[in-house]
Amino acid sequence: MPPTAADYIRILPEIVLSVWGMIVMFVEPLLPAGRSRKGLGLFAAAGVLGAIAATAYQAQPRFAGFGFNHMLRIDHFSIFFHLIVLLVALATILMSLDYLPFQKIDHGEYYALILLGSVGMCLMSSAVELVLIFIALEISSISSYILAGFRRQAAESAESSMKYFLLGSFATAFFLYGVALLYGATGSTNVFDIAANLSNKMHIEPLAYVAVALIFTGLGFKVACAPFHVWTPDVYEGAPSPVVAFMSTAPKAAAFAVLIRLVIDTASPHWFWVIWIAAVLSMCVGNLGAILQSNVKRMLAYSSIAHAGYLMVAFASASNRELGISAAMFYSAAYAAMNVGAFAVITQMSGSGERYSQIDDYSGLGRRSPVLAAALTFFLLSLIGIPITGGFFAKFYVFSAALRTHLIWLTIIGVVNSGMGSYYYLRLIVRMYMFEPRTEEPAPQVRFGVGMAIAISLIATLWLGLLPNAVLHYTQAAPTIFASH
Amino acid sequence: MNLSIFNPWILTLTTFLPALGAALIALLPRRDRDVRWFALAISVITLLLALHLPAHYREVAAAASGSFAYELNLQWITSPNIHFHIGVDGISLWLVVLTAFLVPLCVLASWRSIHDRVKEFFILLLILETAMIGVFIALDLFLFYFFWEATLIPMALIIGIFGHQRRVYASVKFFLYTMIASVFMLAAIIWLYARSGTFDFLELQHLISSGAIALPGRTALWLFLGFFVAFAVKVPLFPLHTWLPDAHVEAPTAGSVLLAGVLLKMGTYGLLRFSIGLFPAEAHRNAPWIITLAIIGIVYGALVALVQPNMKKLVAYSSVSHLGFVVLGIFSFTRAGMDGAVFQMISHGISTGALFLLLGVVYDRRHTYEIKEYGGLATPMPVYATIFLLITLASIGLPLMNGFVGEFLILSGAFQAKAIYGIIAASGVIWSAFYMLWLYQRTFYGIIGNPVNAALPDVGRRERSMLWPLAAVALAMGVLPSLWMKPIDASVAGILDTQQSVSSASTLQVKVNTVLK
Repeated sequence: MPPTAADYIRILPEIVLSVWGMIVMFVEPLLPAGRSRKGLGLFAAAGVLGAIAATAYQAQPRFAGFGFNHMLRIDHFSIFFHLIVLLVALATILMSLDYLPFQKIDHGEYYALILLGSVGMCLMSSAVELVLIFIALEISSISSYILAGFRRQAAESAESSMKYFLLGSFATAFFLYGVALLYGATGSTNVFDIAANLSNKMHIEPLAYVAVALIFTGLGFKVACAPFHVWTPDVYEGAPSPVVAFMSTAPKAAAFAVLIRLVIDTASPHWFWVIWIAAVLSMCVGNLGAILQSNVKRMLAYSSIAHAGYLMVAFASASNRELGISAAMFYSAAYAAMNVGAFAVITQMSGSGERYSQIDDYSGLGRRSPVLAAALTFFLLSLIGIPITGGFFAKFYVFSAALRTHLIWLTIIGVVNSGMGSYYYLRLIVRMYMFEPRTEEPAPQVRFGVGMAIAISLIATLWLGLLPNAVLHYTQAAPTIFASH
Repeated sequence: MNLSIFNPWILTLTTFLPALGAALIALLPRRDRDVRWFALAISVITLLLALHLPAHYREVAAAASGSFAYELNLQWITSPNIHFHIGVDGISLWLVVLTAFLVPLCVLASWRSIHDRVKEFFILLLILETAMIGVFIALDLFLFYFFWEATLIPMALIIGIFGHQRRVYASVKFFLYTMIASVFMLAAIIWLYARSGTFDFLELQHLISSGAIALPGRTALWLFLGFFVAFAVKVPLFPLHTWLPDAHVEAPTAGSVLLAGVLLKMGTYGLLRFSIGLFPAEAHRNAPWIITLAIIGIVYGALVALVQPNMKKLVAYSSVSHLGFVVLGIFSFTRAGMDGAVFQMISHGISTGALFLLLGVVYDRRHTYEIKEYGGLATPMPVYATIFLLITLASIGLPLMNGFVGEFLILSGAFQAKAIYGIIAASGVIWSAFYMLWLYQRTFYGIIGNPVNAALPDVGRRERSMLWPLAAVALAMGVLPSLWMKPIDASVAGILDTQQSVSSASTLQVKVNTVLK
């Protein structure tokens, strides 16, 4: 069946992003060498806004459903993750506008890579065909590998990129292997067909279990959950701060979207213990690791592992679809908002060559720049899960979903972990307010781009914390769509 | 002018005006003088608004359908089912007024002593005021938890940024203690929500007492303990009190005043409203060991206060002792004891708040709290010595002062419950006279040991304007307790009525069980 016009609408955001990305690539070599690339950045931001508009257009009920012969599917779920990815991309571009020239790495392909990477991530959330998911995963990963090494003068950035690339390639290989085996076991690469196949049979082939394990390994790497997390601290430490803001949230959200589709639609009982163990390990490793760090970026890297763990708790309670899925979706959104915000402040603070990334460097920030310190405090409180921040409701929904599905132990471990976690976030707040600054020089002026990025994250985090209803209704509508296939 | 048109919104207005003021201060330019005056104006307006509550309480309470006046119940979030449900009864009414009364005095106390990062300080102070008032008016458990946690951050920052030498240690200790304890409360709240689908205090109370929520086996005990731990740390009940002396000694004057005056009352208020309100049977069953801890706290706090060389620490330990009385009164489950407990909460807020302000006055002059640094202060500072004496007498419970009413009622309640409780607790009164009068003697009488003290200026206009109101209220509460007591007594009677029915039901249950055996 040839694609219809509606099919193209179903990939409209991806089309917009690709076209914009390619234009940026074409224009870049035409610009004279010393010229500022800020204009290109703003152009790329406009592209993301266009993609957001396209997603809004796509959200009309008449476009919901499968496209391109069941290759992808537009529903509440995909729209939701599209918006997360696109907003994160927008914030990242904004905070990079002044960061790149300041670090003397002002090259236009940076923006193109973010746009093209977003194409992959958006596609991951709407694809329901394992081969398409694989391609989308590759598009997103490859641009992340390059972006991680973008501070090319810095050795640690090259190291970060190399590590990410080598381990990432392994992980994708695992994923692909799993896809192949799953095809062998079920005779299909379509998520829904696989689900139907697996749920009909009384006896499930061992091959299917192996396939599930391999796929989980691949995706576990992408979402940085333990025990596939080892790359995270090194990569986050070396990569440019805005890139970390991007890759700690957008590709992760996309990979979680894939995981949700797979877990929910391919016979979740087989996944349960895998998810359970990964959740517990991630929470413990993440929080304990973060306590030991003296570098803010490494600390937040471990914290992101812990947060992947909390999200996994929601997955484990996916036996109750409505609760589990909506909790996971809400968590992805809240985590994206607060983490991007935190990294926006870190970007602003980093100084040339990212010299200032130790926790000590944040001493007395409350005196040097009250506004930045207040913003970072708000994001950290959200990461802890204090009420009226998005982080609170995110944790609340996750743990109440777990309680409702009688995962008492998982809840207890989760709550204890989030208590432990508050220690290292608080330590940074204590540094900012209760220690004297190490230098007298005032913090660098907050420029338009970073200011906008911080403002977007702040509003999103506060909105999710004060009025979570709108988002929650949307996420709760998503699981019903799963059931109706 | 008819002010009753404000009735539906007055609580909301009182609660959020300080937070609004904080937001405006954030936008104000960094001119310390303007910031101070602005903060003072906001806090005084808040006080005036809060005074509307007792002024119209009787008519509003009479018209109200339930036991709460000025009630407002709006849907905030539909999933989870959270309501913006607020209201006051005769108990929380006075705690709100107490909070609003202490904050302007704290602003005055910080006028000069806070000279660095003034803007931040007053922002935190006003946010703290909103959170504290919120705790007392929330009738939705979620809303309550939110305000409860929200007091924590500004207070920890006030101690940690504006405190004395070991401020960071004290601040972190304070934060961790209370944070960890309140996680248990959160767990209990979520458990209740998961079973009932509501956070509403009144609905939950009804559901639990009617048996609509089944609390099998030891569940009720665990839930009771979940709430109890959070409140006991805040009170603080022996042996969970160790954060208190550190926090008090390191906090700036305003921090100490609010900590002792209001934050500790959040604990006893929580015990009275939620622990007893939701789990009356468990509260009755566990009363003996809780009372034992309270009595240990009374005697232990008093004895430790006696030997302190540091006056601020002395007053801090005296709070442990006084708050032990309050817990004793609450868990005596007698009308006199509970009336006294609530009255003592208010009067302790007044007299200990005043004591910390008084200590702040000499600290501003000498920058030390060591008792041995002082002596003979009555000569250079006669007005100061007079007010200090008044407050000391109030604190030790001299008849005709506020402390007497509360302690007398609590002790008579304790004797009604069990004579031995009353006998041991009564010794606390003697101890408190001992340590306070001894402190007074060493500080104000005798010859001036340190020549620096001879030249100390007496209290100025600003200081007098913050101290005399407190002394006046302390006296008024002692002479005319009925003014305060009427709404308190009505609400306590209401609580006890529901209690009685529950306890008689449970004794009936016991009788039935024994017959069946």
